[in-house]
Amino acid sequence: MTGTTPSQTVGPFFRFGFAWMDQADLIAPGSVGAVTLVGQVTDGDGAPVPDAVIEIWQADADGQFPRGTDGPWHGFGRSLTDDQGRYRFTTVRPGRVDGRQAPHIDVSVFARGLLQRVVTRIYLPDEVEANAGDPVLAALEPDRRATLVAEAVDAVDGSQLAFDIRLQGDQETVFFAW
Amino acid sequence: MPLRGPAETHLRPALPGWRAKIGGVSSLPPEVPGTVDPAYAVADYGSTARRAPSRPLVALPAAATERHGPRFGADRVSAGDADLTRQHPVEPIGERINVSGRLLDADGRPIAGQLVEIWQANAAGRYAHDRDQHPAPLDPGFTGGGRCLTDGDGGYRFTTIKPGAYPWGNHPNAWRPAHIHFSVFGRSFTERLVTQMYFPGDPLLAYDPIFAAVRDPAARDRLVSAFDWETTEEAWALGYRFDIVVAGHLATPPDRR
Repeated sequence: MTGTTPSQTVGPFFRFGFAWMDQADLIAPGSVGAVTLVGQVTDGDGAPVPDAVIEIWQADADGQFPRGTDGPWHGFGRSLTDDQGRYRFTTVRPGRVDGRQAPHIDVSVFARGLLQRVVTRIYLPDEVEANAGDPVLAALEPDRRATLVAEAVDAVDGSQLAFDIRLQGDQETVFFAW
Repeated sequence: MPLRGPAETHLRPALPGWRAKIGGVSSLPPEVPGTVDPAYAVADYGSTARRAPSRPLVALPAAATERHGPRFGADRVSAGDADLTRQHPVEPIGERINVSGRLLDADGRPIAGQLVEIWQANAAGRYAHDRDQHPAPLDPGFTGGGRCLTDGDGGYRFTTIKPGAYPWGNHPNAWRPAHIHFSVFGRSFTERLVTQMYFPGDPLLAYDPIFAAVRDPAARDRLVSAFDWETTEEAWALGYRFDIVVAGHLATPPDRR
């Protein structure tokens, strides 16, 4: 074991360093299977967090991860929140990655005032059966469990999802460690 | 480390708690096993008050999602992206430096071919960001963002200029020590790390609540780069070395299906 390097905050002034890979579209909007994922990041007062970096990491529709660095699909996205604390991605619905856990998208949040990132997961609202059998969700109290399930908005085919991230307070999002 | 030097005369008695903690970081409670260091809620760093999670983190049984991580190909990064002194027609003002090191996992194994991003203030302590209101000059020769992929031995190298210290609003007469922000990707999602590299001998380190938020003194020291003759180039640039060791290595090997 080597001593590890501690985390430090991303600070408020990262935009010029991160914007080169402000990769909100994991696939082209409008293409087959495209899903819009939007949300707002708020603090303990319910105020928007306008200086957060949201990163997502997920399997493709077949539950697979990229084997190399080639190809248009990286499974990774980065969105910098706007003045209202909002982020946005265009991606695909993730497939199951194993026999037990329901389909999910991993999320990292970095911001001024966060000395470490916080990590959460987005589950899909229409995967009722898979979610019911998911051991991560099952271990949570029902009201906390609800913070991890996206909402379907404005579309009957599940192609528009909303997932708000509450850093602190009532309805605080569940954050994970390992 | 006792408080001394000119800064002490600017500290106000209204901040006894702040003084005690920043002046005596080594006397803070030792890291509790199983808790993260730095903690999320740190009284001396005001922005944590409404942003730090208030509930305990939940242990996540890792799935393949956590055992894999994003990879970035050479098509995403060009060689010039690692030289922050050549991004504009004019050269930046400041002290030219080479910053290099290795990206390693917690077992000391090099992490090859992964992305390292840096960003920083200019030599005057000003960021190229519209919300930075510090009345120091912007530099038309410097933006302050760079990136590269690690080589086969986990090595990375940047050429840049030494960033300046700058004031911030956390407490009266607050100054951040000079630092370069680092963002690195490990092999898996769990090894992702964003941190800051500091410079050896900086007197502001003893007064900085973000640096002091790391309770373990040995871990805190790993945030401070070392002056390095080997990468110091004659008549050109000083060298600093900063190895980055990412935590979060999962015991089971990644699923390579």
